[in-house]
Amino acid sequence: MERMQQVVSSARAAFNSGRCRSLEFRMQQLKALERMVQEKEKEILAAIEADLHKCGHNAYSHEILGVLGELALAMDKLPSWAAPQPVKKNLLTMRDEAYVCPEPLGVVLIIGAWNYPFVLVMQPLIGTIAAGGDPPQPLSFLEERSRRAEQPCCACLAGNAVVVKPSEISENTAQLVADLLPQYLDRELYPVVTGGVPETTALLTQRFDHILYTGNSTVGKIVMAAAAKHLTPVTLELGGKSPCYIDKDCDLAVACRRITWGKYMNCGQTCIAPDYILCDPSIQSQVVENIKATLQEFYGEDVKSSPDYERIINKRHFKRIVGLLEGQKIAHGGQTDEASCFIAPTVLTDVSPESKVMEEEIFGPVLPIVTVKSVDEAIEFISRREKPLALYVFSNNKKLIKRVISETSSGGVTGNDVIMHFFLSTLPFGGVGNSGMGAYHGKHSFETFSHSRACLIKDLKMEVVNKLRYPPGCQKKVDCAKFFLLKRFNKGRVGLAILALLGIVVAVVIKVSFG
Amino acid sequence: NPYAGLVSRLRAAWLSGKTRPVEYRVGQLEALGRFLVEKKQDILEAAALDMGKPSFEAYFTEILLCKNELNGTLNNLSHWMKDEHVDKNLVTQLDSAFIRKDPYGVVLIIAPWNYPIHLFLVPLIGAIAAGNCVVVKPSETTKNTERLIAEMLSCYLDNDCFAVVTAGVQETTRLLENKFDYIFFTGTPSVGRIVMTAAAKHLTPVTLELGGKNPCYVSDVCDVQNVARRVAWGRFFNAGQTCIAPDYVLCSVEMQEKLMPALREAITEFFGSNPRESPDFGRIVGDKQFRRIRALLCSGRVAIGGQTDEKERYIAPTVLADVLPSDPAMQEEIFGPILPIVVVANMDEAIDFINARPRPLAVYAFSCDSKVVNQVLERTSSGGFCGNDTLMHVTLTSLPFGGTGNSGLGKYHGKFTFDTFTHHRGCLHRNMGLEALNSLRYPPYTQQKLGLLTATFEIKRKGMCTLL
Repeated sequence: MERMQQVVSSARAAFNSGRCRSLEFRMQQLKALERMVQEKEKEILAAIEADLHKCGHNAYSHEILGVLGELALAMDKLPSWAAPQPVKKNLLTMRDEAYVCPEPLGVVLIIGAWNYPFVLVMQPLIGTIAAGGDPPQPLSFLEERSRRAEQPCCACLAGNAVVVKPSEISENTAQLVADLLPQYLDRELYPVVTGGVPETTALLTQRFDHILYTGNSTVGKIVMAAAAKHLTPVTLELGGKSPCYIDKDCDLAVACRRITWGKYMNCGQTCIAPDYILCDPSIQSQVVENIKATLQEFYGEDVKSSPDYERIINKRHFKRIVGLLEGQKIAHGGQTDEASCFIAPTVLTDVSPESKVMEEEIFGPVLPIVTVKSVDEAIEFISRREKPLALYVFSNNKKLIKRVISETSSGGVTGNDVIMHFFLSTLPFGGVGNSGMGAYHGKHSFETFSHSRACLIKDLKMEVVNKLRYPPGCQKKVDCAKFFLLKRFNKGRVGLAILALLGIVVAVVIKVSFG
Repeated sequence: NPYAGLVSRLRAAWLSGKTRPVEYRVGQLEALGRFLVEKKQDILEAAALDMGKPSFEAYFTEILLCKNELNGTLNNLSHWMKDEHVDKNLVTQLDSAFIRKDPYGVVLIIAPWNYPIHLFLVPLIGAIAAGNCVVVKPSETTKNTERLIAEMLSCYLDNDCFAVVTAGVQETTRLLENKFDYIFFTGTPSVGRIVMTAAAKHLTPVTLELGGKNPCYVSDVCDVQNVARRVAWGRFFNAGQTCIAPDYVLCSVEMQEKLMPALREAITEFFGSNPRESPDFGRIVGDKQFRRIRALLCSGRVAIGGQTDEKERYIAPTVLADVLPSDPAMQEEIFGPILPIVVVANMDEAIDFINARPRPLAVYAFSCDSKVVNQVLERTSSGGFCGNDTLMHVTLTSLPFGGTGNSGLGKYHGKFTFDTFTHHRGCLHRNMGLEALNSLRYPPYTQQKLGLLTATFEIKRKGMCTLL
């Protein structure tokens, strides 16, 4: 408890010192992160392999590639993201400066997950470091205000400080992150805390300015309740059962190949994996055949000896997933080996909606197929359940896809493929309802970890116009107020000039009548 | 659970999809517009009865600003609702990538008593615009307005999808046991914590519009009379019961000296020599609040005002001089017509003073020197900021309105309200064809595949990549 208090307060002191005021400092930290990923690539891949039996290529494309991409994006866009955004003004504020200034929040806590242990800690970290800080100079949009001696600088304090808490379940990666970050980043601003449930609980009693948690809904509720004590905003990246509807009218071979890829990558331990399939009974056996064929293509005859197939993270999850197979019709797979936490890619058919495998998020290489007679039934099935993190629909019929999207809710959607919406950083990535709240990736990370501060800078002169609002009140003032407030100006420059003139005329009139 | 029936009724209405078409939303919003027009007199009367609100103030905040929001929303709704197409990367070039604006479902709005119509209506406008079903819980403290809302709103809005719940503290606690898809709360930080804790049980996202002590720094270089007028206006509007009112002034001892007569003059200009008789000065909403604020008077010395009348719940526009940080008036948000002045040596001390305290909803800085205004802006943190005036930043609906830290989380006004009640859903609609390109990502994995994949996926720093 005391250790946590110390870590957080030293991070806060470092934040308050303002030593990372500048864009340069944040860029420096981001560059250092980039160097770390490049120089320590071998070590990172080895740690992930040790935790998840994930081969180098897979680990590189799932975890390192994404991080490098996010870093490059952040470094490129940072000046524009951090710049104050001028906003549309009304008649009353016409002569003022009005803008939104992004500011850092302070000390952010990132709690990572074990399934993609590196990227799920790094990607939020990048966004957190990037958020806030000084904008680039000069601010050209304010250059026209020549009577100002110096352009207002919507600078804020530091970029955020971050406490990183990687998941203890992926212990090799957790230890590596704890070793590497202090070698490359400012130690006080970005401490790493390792440990399990007791350490996380102690950490959550401290006050943070934002918490990003990736994990399950049960712990999500605990995190939010702890955050509520300090009024700390949270981003919760949770999970759920992501449905995958396959329409009769679609290229089954292609659809099944894409689904197989998304389902069995990382041995099914992906928050946005297609959890279960909904399809018409008439195509069920074809779907199974296509998946079988694809599995052969991907992993060969003997899946267990394929270097490209991962393992379940630990015995507890292994037992949990094996338990879901009980009483089910196994159309393919089903082989397990507890010693190595191996579960073969498995497909279940004619699954009952009430069975155990349909109750909880599977998070393993078991793919149940539930038959539905129509897309209406599929939509109804999906809508009756908790909102999932992702939703997938395969069809040649664009209208049908549009309909499924419109009549359901989910964190995100990919049509005619799986997983891929995760890789487009211009799309916000997050859940809704039981699958979470808030979003990140790309610019959305920056917005998540900054406070959008509204700024209005007025003149101390031109007091005359203000007389409208001062007591004593009267009907004439009310009518004038209505005019100023309800009129919007979205005309062009000429319109602006005319309005400016009008404003001056009105001001003079007011001075004469009320002055 | 006394409200389970109500919530499930609204949820059924939500699942029917009734609130989603744009025509429906527009219809309901227009009905709200008619409510503001037809019930204007009733609203103003209720405001006068509840807390002696001057009719100009009531008209400005409860009618005018609400109409502004309503019109802005109606003018832009179809644009806001549209799918927002986003930039794509190389891999998704041929796909359709957009952000879908989904309503959350059944949302709860809890409003306070100080601007009882405005603070439920403006969030309601956004919630309806975003396509949600809504439960409104107006404040039980302003009884006349609460009754008005409960009786009248049902005549204008679709009762299947929108409900008003009148409830005190106990009942509101029961109400919060239900699962909502979003909760919007305006009130104090301590109740904010209770609301967020209740929301956590259902993983319900929240917006909390709270409060704090909004500091007002006045530099030595300024037009004293204008400053006095603007600060007095902001402080004494609604008899000080405004979440963004300047809570206390920080200035040098010389400026305090100059401000005093200027403030006195401004108060007299606004309310005459006896503010008690001015129709433009309000009253405290209740006896409990009156007593709380009156107790704060024993801070520093009363330089202006200080008179009170318990029967009328009248507290004169008051300025306290030489207030110490340890005085009662500096321990809590005042939320009354008392303006303490705390003397600081200079701007740096003022900034340190502000930063040593929880982040407020607003920070104000007055100076003829723009460098000073910018320094205060740069070196402090708050929900919003206004240089050389008070309150005005919230009348511009293109600026987000919300707190940070203890003063709240989330934001609204204008499009931000619509966005608050909307789930921004990332959607990628891919091509069924061109499967060959996907083979890069499939096992078995090879170094060659990885190289190609890296080339297509990677975002290169500008100026470093020759291909793109």
